[in-house]
Amino acid sequence: MPLLELRGVAARYGALQALRGVELSVEEGEIVAVLGANGAGKTTTLRAISATVRTSGELVFAGERLPRRPEAVARAGIAHVPEGRGTFAELSVDENLRLGAHVRRDRAGVKADYDRVLQRFPILAERRGQAAGTLSGGEQQQLALARALMQRPRLLLLDEPSLGLAPRLVTEFFGVVGELNEHEGLSVLVVEQNASIALASSNRAYVLEVGRVAVAGTSADLQRHPAVRRSYLGY
Amino acid sequence: MSRALRIGAGVAVAGAAVVLVLVLPHWLSDAKAAEFARAGCFFIAIVGLNLVTGYTGQISLGHGALMAVGAYTTAILTANHGFRDLWTIPLAGLVAMAAGFVVGLPARRLSGLYLALATFAFAVAMPALLKRFSGLTGGSEGINLFDKALNHSTGALGHVHVLGRTLATNDFLFYLTWGIGLVLAGAAWLLVRGRVGRAFRAVRDSEVAAASSGINTGLYKMLAFGISGFYAGVGGSLFVLVSNWFVSPTTFGFDKSLLLIVGAVVGGLGSLAGMALGALFIQFVPDWAADLSSAPGAPSVFFGAAIILVMILLPAGLGGLFRRLAEPLTRRL
Amino acid sequence: MIVAVDWAGVAQQVVSGLSSGGIYAMLAVALVLIYRATGVVNFAQGELAMFSTFVGWTLTQHGFAYWPAFLVTVLASFVGGIALERAVIRPVERASVLTIAIVTIGLFFVVNGAAFWIWSPEVKSMPNAFSTRPIRIAGVAFSISDLGIMGVSLLAVLVLWVFFRFTKLGLAMRAAALNPDSSRLTGIRVSWTIALGWGLATALGAVAGLMAAPPLGSFDQNFMQPILLYAFAGAVLGGIDSALGAVIGSLALGVFLNLLGTYVSWIGTDLRQAAALAVILVVLLVRPAGLLGTAVVRRV
Repeated sequence: MPLLELRGVAARYGALQALRGVELSVEEGEIVAVLGANGAGKTTTLRAISATVRTSGELVFAGERLPRRPEAVARAGIAHVPEGRGTFAELSVDENLRLGAHVRRDRAGVKADYDRVLQRFPILAERRGQAAGTLSGGEQQQLALARALMQRPRLLLLDEPSLGLAPRLVTEFFGVVGELNEHEGLSVLVVEQNASIALASSNRAYVLEVGRVAVAGTSADLQRHPAVRRSYLGY
Repeated sequence: MSRALRIGAGVAVAGAAVVLVLVLPHWLSDAKAAEFARAGCFFIAIVGLNLVTGYTGQISLGHGALMAVGAYTTAILTANHGFRDLWTIPLAGLVAMAAGFVVGLPARRLSGLYLALATFAFAVAMPALLKRFSGLTGGSEGINLFDKALNHSTGALGHVHVLGRTLATNDFLFYLTWGIGLVLAGAAWLLVRGRVGRAFRAVRDSEVAAASSGINTGLYKMLAFGISGFYAGVGGSLFVLVSNWFVSPTTFGFDKSLLLIVGAVVGGLGSLAGMALGALFIQFVPDWAADLSSAPGAPSVFFGAAIILVMILLPAGLGGLFRRLAEPLTRRL
Repeated sequence: MIVAVDWAGVAQQVVSGLSSGGIYAMLAVALVLIYRATGVVNFAQGELAMFSTFVGWTLTQHGFAYWPAFLVTVLASFVGGIALERAVIRPVERASVLTIAIVTIGLFFVVNGAAFWIWSPEVKSMPNAFSTRPIRIAGVAFSISDLGIMGVSLLAVLVLWVFFRFTKLGLAMRAAALNPDSSRLTGIRVSWTIALGWGLATALGAVAGLMAAPPLGSFDQNFMQPILLYAFAGAVLGGIDSALGAVIGSLALGVFLNLLGTYVSWIGTDLRQAAALAVILVVLLVRPAGLLGTAVVRRV
């Protein structure tokens, strides 16, 4: 049974139909990428999962219907790192991290994760007392990921993590995500404009067009898929 | 809905409004006509307030004070300078317009809460100022035109002769207030459709974007206050006539400013029908509340509850409901 | 010209001013709390504080001593504030700020009217919270009541500060006020944090009212209105989006108004209010963000 399953999911912004029946799934321990042009519905797909947009259709997580309120989705074990990273700019790095663990009740576990996160992202440890808004783009991206990890989610949703980052930082970021996936079994659903890094870093991928899945398959297959190569990989 | 049909519908609604105003007094008792006339004054002030709040998106808690400026202009000119009260109405509007511009000066730089607080301070200060300059304003006693200038107070003696007909005073006042109200509302409607109105809406939707588009946001905010000042002044001036030709510093305390903004929002910003409903709301609901119970404080409770209920059930105001019901017919501002 | 300054007198007036300022500060912090959580100024804040005070007064008329009545009232106000938010604000949570503001205006009318309806309009008097004896510190006689009120205000503000800074719930509330959308993604129930904010604000208002009533000697249903005005002035002076600013601004205002009233002979009560209004206007014209508020810088 897949960890996450979307069946016939539709969503709209007022009169605008953004998703028209999306079918996708994420197995436990996978990294799945969602590609597509602007306006294809990638971000909306993540919003549909985290219930920050109204949806119809079936959304199943760990065998149960996904709740339709964002707070409840977080409690169910899904961490959504939205466009713009969702960090609290006026709060300190430390406070941002503590907020990440809001849904958790195991104090000892939270403390252990806090230490681990600071170890993994030493720059955050350095800037612990600083306001999050004063961090650079790359650092904020790390903070966003760290915050999500503090939640100890089963599924991580990443919305265009490469946005605004220098290529080296993007590679680094995806490297960390890959590590987390390999060593800690973190399942990831990542939405990306940067198709090449996304395909290189994921097991499977979907290509969305106009609110529907147009192509699906393993990332390796998609990297060789002629239409995908032409439209999204540029060669 | 085709354009011609919409225009036709708009004209029909305007026509219906005119007819309603012409005909209503026949069914109203004398006392009721006076009450409707008061509502008419509020209507004018609210139309002006709507330019600031609904269009330019600024909260003003000071329009009661602008009404006071108009009211006192009329009172002073009629009592001390021999003007006939009716002729002072446009003058009251102009003086209040000037006051509006002055209030609008800080509005250029302030927004949202800060502007609300500044206008709040202005409204609270006004009665005190009026009491202070008692040489001009008659101090706490106010100005009673009935005493001082009976022959310049149109209709004070009971009947008015106009256009060859004789009208009871309150009927006359009803026509005066709502007639002027319709004309001024029409003027506002035209203003809002044009360049100025678009600039206002741009300021409301995003000051930053408006500024980047080259719109002098400060100027338009000031303009909105000035124009709405004119409306408030006319409303205030008429209010004197309708209040037995009397005005005192407490006539337009902060509670009036509060009442006006309540009327504007409860009525529904951006809809002329809404503004009329809002004016009627603030005029009649407190009375109905007093009818329900005369225990001290009870009317206030009911009035407040009515406000809360309307806002919960109809966040877009009464006009919103009206608009929804009469969808194909009403022309939205 | 050398003027002999009556330092003892000044000290007494400063302490007295700080005591009044402390009361304004609590109401100002209540205003800031709700403003930061919802973007709306709660017009009914003063009336709610008044209502709480009347509840407290009623308890003292039924056998409660001052402090037990105080405790019960503050707790009841906390619960009442939450209930009020759920009943009246939550339905319009998603509507425009203007709509919510009008609801608080409606609440103002309801609470004010209810207070007149439930309790008669005749003036009441509240038993003293603190001893009315003076106490000598460094040779200067200070009113224990003034010092007591200062202490209570400081304590209240301190407790809140600790709550917001060091507890999980406090952090969640701050986050919800700063960025409700991101907060929801973190699992914070933003709607309930707003309710909690109202509870705290109403409780704070109750403390302010219960502190303000005894020294007045006699009070009626309108007694909080001037205090609300001073609280606004204090909050504006300090910065309406900064709780610390609200406290400092209110304390400064309290001292300023007191000194003004004492040393400038033609300033009576009426003009104290005018002075507060003048402070509001001057601050708004010169530096709207106040002393500690975030200067509104709009980057295009």
